[in-house]
Amino acid sequence: MKKIRIIPRLDIKNDTVVKGIHLEGLRVVGRPDEFAYQYFREGADELLYIDTVASLYERNSLNDIISKAAQKIFIPMTVGGGIRKLEDITMILNSGADKVAINTAAIRRPAFLNDAVKKFGAQCIVLSVQAKKIAHMRWEAYTEAGREKSGQDVLAWLEEALALGVGEVLLTSVDCDGTKRGIDIDLIRMVAPRCPVPLIISGGVGKQDDVLAAFQIPGVDAVAVGSAYHYHMISLSETKAFLFEHGINVRMPS
Amino acid sequence: MKIIVVDYGLGNLYNLANAFQCCGQTVQLTRSVEALLEADALILPGVGAFGDGMARLKEWGLDKAIQSFAATQGTIMGICLGMQLLMDWSEEFGFHEGLGLIKGGVKHLKNIESFDKEAKVPHVGWNDIQIREKTHLLEGLTNRDMYFVHSYCAVTDDQSETLATVSYGGAELTAIIGKGNIYGCQFHPEKSSQNGIQILRNFINMVVEVADG
Repeated sequence: MKKIRIIPRLDIKNDTVVKGIHLEGLRVVGRPDEFAYQYFREGADELLYIDTVASLYERNSLNDIISKAAQKIFIPMTVGGGIRKLEDITMILNSGADKVAINTAAIRRPAFLNDAVKKFGAQCIVLSVQAKKIAHMRWEAYTEAGREKSGQDVLAWLEEALALGVGEVLLTSVDCDGTKRGIDIDLIRMVAPRCPVPLIISGGVGKQDDVLAAFQIPGVDAVAVGSAYHYHMISLSETKAFLFEHGINVRMPS
Repeated sequence: MKIIVVDYGLGNLYNLANAFQCCGQTVQLTRSVEALLEADALILPGVGAFGDGMARLKEWGLDKAIQSFAATQGTIMGICLGMQLLMDWSEEFGFHEGLGLIKGGVKHLKNIESFDKEAKVPHVGWNDIQIREKTHLLEGLTNRDMYFVHSYCAVTDDQSETLATVSYGGAELTAIIGKGNIYGCQFHPEKSSQNGIQILRNFINMVVEVADG
């Protein structure tokens, strides 16, 4: 049976791991290679790297970090932030990434998703959705690392992007990101049944119960965890043991 | 000993080379037919579409080279799309002929009998394989979790050539195929942590045994 995935999320600024709150006010928390290797050793099922400034400064600084990680980390790596052209995807995949997460460029030009799927295959293209609550049970898709409104309703955008063939969805709650005060259950409950491809949720995990709550929603395939792991509030190996005890189908470290 | 990763322009060769390096084995990445015919073993990687993959192999004369290599009892391992290319045919974006080294074809998951039409496609993530036929490839594993990412699946005509399967969407999908010295993994050993590295080690050992006669 397919297992759920726990995905440590490394937000990168220049050559360091940073973490903010609501994707802003970034603080340096450490070195990406050290975090990544530690999480790999602890049994991470995948790693998610997000270049937090690439989208703003129109560049991508992750290639070096990824190619170094790929030399000693043998689990899937997904990279997002600042991916704008097919050449950006080629470069990051050649560095050792397995998948790319695309947000801003896709909202600006949805056909980009389709071009990317055709060239690299659906399994390689992850739609990154940054959702901010704007009214009761309504969320807007944000761009530029949660800084800019797109005017697009999350559900309408999701439906459009899925039709373009993306192979996976990374759903980040801008409201919950970095708060460590729990996940946006309403948002996830709304999106999960409408997502026929694997769904990774991100934003708000502060304790093991938050991870469990996410997996109790049918249709959630993976949970990304940032601050809670980086600041050692909880540990990855404890998460796996905790989920296992609660009957969730997890991959136990070998 | 010379292991070649066939570089036909699809897929992440760098990760495979790193994983072999981790096993203490340097591999050569090349599309040279001459080099390929002199190798002890070939790795056929690949991520992407079947038709595109075959077209690239043909463009460089690699299809015939791989078939001749197989005919001389050379050891081959296909990974993901590379595994699917070993089959006779695929229905991915139309009908395409494959290398025909293992009898059978490649179908979309939703066209596999008994596959739950509501199950998510692609099949992405970690899943444990069930071993059907004993193989050296799977010796010494601590568990059987492997990393999969695919929308298509190989179906062998001869059931005994499906060495391991994986349960997904209510169906038993092919995870490993094997016939003589030809093997294929649907999952990515280079992304399957310690288990995947162990499989690559086993493969290297098998090649060494064949080379030593």
